[in-house]
Amino acid sequence: MKKKRCFSRGALFILALLFAAGFVLPTLLTVTNSFMTESELNANYGQVFSSTASSGSTTYLSESVTLKFIPDKVSFSQYITVLFRSPEYLLKFWNSVILTLPIVLVQLGFAAVSAYGFTRWRGKVRSVIFFSYVILMLMPYQVTLVPNYLVSEKLGLLGTRWAIIFPGIFAPFSVFLLTKFMRRIPVSLIEAARLEGAGEWKVFTRVCLPQCRSALYSVAILTFIDNWNMVEQPLILLSDASKQPLSVYLSEINTGEVGVAFAVATIYMIPSLLLFLHGESYLAEGIAYSGSVKG
Amino acid sequence: MKKIKISRRASLERRELRDRLAGLCFLLPEFLGVMIFFIIPFGIVVYYSLIDGVASREFVFLDNFKAVLQNSAFRTAAKNTAVFSAAAVPLAVILALVLALLLECRIPAKSALRTFFLSPMMVPVASVVLIWQVIFHNNGVLNEFLGVFGAAGADWLHSDYCQIVVVTLFLWKNLGYNMVLFMAALSNIPTELLEVADVEGASPLYRFFGIKLRYLSPTVLFVTILSLINSFKVFREVYLLTGKYPYDGLYTLQHFMNNTFASLDYQKLSAAAVILAIAMVIIIALLFIVEDRFGRDVEG
Repeated sequence: MKKKRCFSRGALFILALLFAAGFVLPTLLTVTNSFMTESELNANYGQVFSSTASSGSTTYLSESVTLKFIPDKVSFSQYITVLFRSPEYLLKFWNSVILTLPIVLVQLGFAAVSAYGFTRWRGKVRSVIFFSYVILMLMPYQVTLVPNYLVSEKLGLLGTRWAIIFPGIFAPFSVFLLTKFMRRIPVSLIEAARLEGAGEWKVFTRVCLPQCRSALYSVAILTFIDNWNMVEQPLILLSDASKQPLSVYLSEINTGEVGVAFAVATIYMIPSLLLFLHGESYLAEGIAYSGSVKG
Repeated sequence: MKKIKISRRASLERRELRDRLAGLCFLLPEFLGVMIFFIIPFGIVVYYSLIDGVASREFVFLDNFKAVLQNSAFRTAAKNTAVFSAAAVPLAVILALVLALLLECRIPAKSALRTFFLSPMMVPVASVVLIWQVIFHNNGVLNEFLGVFGAAGADWLHSDYCQIVVVTLFLWKNLGYNMVLFMAALSNIPTELLEVADVEGASPLYRFFGIKLRYLSPTVLFVTILSLINSFKVFREVYLLTGKYPYDGLYTLQHFMNNTFASLDYQKLSAAAVILAIAMVIIIALLFIVEDRFGRDVEG
């Protein structure tokens, strides 16, 4: 084994732990605070959220702001409010789901097919196409939203969910990542299958796809989180407030109902956190592959 | 004899043709989508940026660009975004590298630490915005905390300190991803080389700057580009924290685009998009050139 020259391990570990605490705390606080009663939250953060409200509220506000980790009294009332009493939150959650799921699933399908095309056949035309995908991948929303808007307007999709779903499906990042993965599949494997008389489609579904199951999973996680988090596209392409996803709507319920806002915030991160805890190793692997630029 | 040869060649050609056709079929669906939703409309955007109005369609060439570049809102937005990226991107690269080196050392609970560092990327921005408000508000936790030490706080989100807040949020979200990229690259450095350096008595500084960093240079490039792209997404945090009309220092390019969309000024929008696209291509090309110089002698 190689001896690594590292400074005092204990000190480094403590340093890393401190860093890690900073990374986890905001998430953790959101979760624990979602179980506090409205009055406890007001006592803790009254100053913060009352001054953003326009009218002078008469409820008791404490002088100081204190971060609290453990609720005095665990309360589920705000969850009950969110889940059973006010359907608008669930509706917005559903909006997020029906925007995100089609994008993730269909994008994965198109991208896998396309990546197989890029891996199997090389040539000038294909490298030009691939290069244009890479350029497109590098463009921020501030650039791509203008063409997206023009198309949606021409096709009459503006204001409907399709205006977001279609461009979302064809975002080229997953093609890029999957192509990198598929290039690692030994050519001999594919050739062998071809010699046995399998058609291209069969080679793709039976040989190639099973080989890159982990890549598909990590691409799915990455596209999911990106779209679950969408803010820019709905603000411009979906003027109808009732169709807005929760990622946009959440910021509008901050004032007034702090407890409910924390509960909704927690519910909103559950799907992505579950996905993360379940597929973290795939995710890390996928990120690592994406980094090898010259692959 | 000859006939067989010809027919074999013909069948080879036919097979090649079939292969090419199959390849085309695999590429086509995605390509059509990209053409329809991105490339063709971007062509229209370029066209719109060169004419004076959708009605008259008269070519004015650079007039729209001049107008956008002289627009004070665009200038503020471009300046803010540039300042933010110039601070956030290098920090995101350097700190991520530090974290990766830290985790490379033999410390316990490595995989748990990686999970912790990576977790912010999976938390939707909208979910943690509440906590950020509690921390950075004028009457928030941070000022309270500073007050304990007698230091004067600041109205973090409504003063010139706002960029610090946004850079912090950006780092919080992106460091984990970058760190994983560096960890993968670090594990790919040939160990023999480092062992030779050890035997020859190379200093730790040389080991890092002379050997590791050179092997890492493609990854540094990639992480830089990725962070640059992500730095344009910081609008999410700003918007969810401070709404449509933030403090002047937080007015980003996306705010400018949103406002221009609201007034549906196609010429302005198109010109701004084209300017941005050109700026991105230039910056990325420059980064590639720098990396090529720096990492030349280690690529085999």
